[in-house]
Amino acid sequence: MTGAEPAAGSPVAEKDIVAFVYAEARLLDERRYEDWLDLFAEDGRYWIPAEWDQTDPAMQPSLLYEDRFMLDVRIRRLRGVRTYSQKPNSRCVHVLQQPSVEAMDDAANSYRTWTPFHYVETRGDEREYFNGWARHDLMLEGGALKIRLKRVDLVNLDAPFGNIQLFM
Amino acid sequence: MQAPYSRYRNDPDAIRALVRPREVHRDVYIDDEVFELEREHLFANTWVYAGHASQAPDPGDFITCEIGGKPLLISRHTDGEIYVNYNRCAHKGTRIAGEACGNAGKMFRCPYHGWAFRTDGSLLSVPLRKGYDGTGFEDMPMGRGLAPVKNFRVYRDFIFVKLNDGGPDFESFFGDSLSTIDNMVDRSPEGRLILEGAPLRYMHRCNWKMLVENQTDTCHPMVAHESSAGTAVKVWKETGRNDRHPAIELLAPFTSTYKFYEEFGIRVWPNGHGHTGVTNSIHADYSEIPGYWEKMADAYGEERAKAILGDIRHNTVYFPNIMVKGPIQTLRVFLPLAADRTLVESWTFRLAGAPDQLFARTLLYNRTINAPTSIVGHDDLEMYERIQTGLRADGHEWVNVQRLYEDGEDLDEAIVVNGTSERQMRNQFNAWVRFMTQSMTRGMSPAGIAANPAPAAGAERPVAR
Ligand code: FES
Ligand SMILES: [Fe+2]
Repeated sequence: MTGAEPAAGSPVAEKDIVAFVYAEARLLDERRYEDWLDLFAEDGRYWIPAEWDQTDPAMQPSLLYEDRFMLDVRIRRLRGVRTYSQKPNSRCVHVLQQPSVEAMDDAANSYRTWTPFHYVETRGDEREYFNGWARHDLMLEGGALKIRLKRVDLVNLDAPFGNIQLFM
Repeated sequence: MQAPYSRYRNDPDAIRALVRPREVHRDVYIDDEVFELEREHLFANTWVYAGHASQAPDPGDFITCEIGGKPLLISRHTDGEIYVNYNRCAHKGTRIAGEACGNAGKMFRCPYHGWAFRTDGSLLSVPLRKGYDGTGFEDMPMGRGLAPVKNFRVYRDFIFVKLNDGGPDFESFFGDSLSTIDNMVDRSPEGRLILEGAPLRYMHRCNWKMLVENQTDTCHPMVAHESSAGTAVKVWKETGRNDRHPAIELLAPFTSTYKFYEEFGIRVWPNGHGHTGVTNSIHADYSEIPGYWEKMADAYGEERAKAILGDIRHNTVYFPNIMVKGPIQTLRVFLPLAADRTLVESWTFRLAGAPDQLFARTLLYNRTINAPTSIVGHDDLEMYERIQTGLRADGHEWVNVQRLYEDGEDLDEAIVVNGTSERQMRNQFNAWVRFMTQSMTRGMSPAGIAANPAPAAGAERPVAR
């Protein structure tokens, strides 16, 4: 843990934040995409940069920078009967290193974690292997933790990829 | 790589026989030898996109690429000009520049033995040069430096290369098709494009020509993209919102009707070039970007600015392997790696002098439509890869391209046709045959070592020195 001292009487404990990150990945592995979407704040975003050390999601190339609406579209597409690239359905598995809580700022309602991960996504008999770091920017909304921004930096973000259809 | 026996090498008639007026043989997509011959002939006889000069604005800047499997080095010299050389040390063959782009400073220094070349490719210095004194160094071709590529052209900063000497010059090869590049550049109030941002790189396990054909395939979006664009529109309707969502604005037109595509037209040009969207296009109805019109009107006058922005052509194919979208400022390059492997690199341009928001939309388009994470891309890739495996089936050996075929159509004629015609695909294959066979003669010796007769039996073998 790097310098994230929980203040006495903090509305959220460090272990809850860590548990949240694990639970989030598990929902994806279990294909519970609708429940996963519920973890996002109203203006939450899911971002995969396409450049190293990227600072701007919209003025620099990103692989993904989706709001809740577009995430919903993606989920509905994955469930669609005429989604031929999902016959058979892709599956995924996340293997996470223990999330490190990087910031706990009750006043700003901001909780941030950093989580190195391995990720595998299948497509028929094939599987593609990804590795990187997930950064969660969380907030409390109605007493529950919500994702303000999930940022996924891939170690080989400049390499060519085949279809990436699920969520890392 | 040569197959144990060869069906197509040195046989232009066999290549011609692969393309009929209304259909093409599956071997153009799946045969390894045809693929090798494409690298040797098609990609050497045509003007192939190699890079954009805005990637190398300053002396010493360089770009590397491969055309037909040959590594090239493009550099900006101290005289301000672009030079193209083979990316191969004149000494023993080390690739001189390793990265996709960068700055070499005053010279390219080979990392192996330190031979140095000026940024135009000429030889600058050789360490311990005295070791070559009296050896005839100056008479050897390598004594001059990197091997130059003679035929290249920088057209409004687009760099095109033709590796072979024969065939049409740049102007006759592209003809009026250059109007798409012109229009994209003119959309900048300063008349200049800046290639900006990393390309999105997308690997496809299919033949490169399927991707090129798909650029003017207007009968697939309403079917193949029902899952992506169709779903997006449906989910948007369900929200009941009546503002504009930037991604929906880009996705919704993919659900346009057959009628829309029939009417918007396709224009074909000789030598395999052509574009969809003549009178209308899926890029016609985007929101205005505040401040852009004023800058364009200032730069060009209202009438000319209107004409530039009113040209909303959809996809322009520059044969053999790129596609340009003028109104959205993207460039897709279809890089053939094997008969069944194609790397697609999708690049974005900033219009010099235009508001940031315009470039933001270009980037949004690129990731929404062209990325390996794009739901539209997912639909398309699935189709290409199914074709690549489907073609192995027997029964039909030919792939059909006859929609709106007309008897005796002249594919060297520039013409506007119904937007659902497959004429542009036929046009590409007409050019394909032309440039595949242009430098191929019947029974000629395989490319390789010229005029080095094998020693007669019993003769002394030359000794390596
Ligand atoms: S190979 Fe380049 S200096 Fe020897
Ligand atoms: Fe498509």
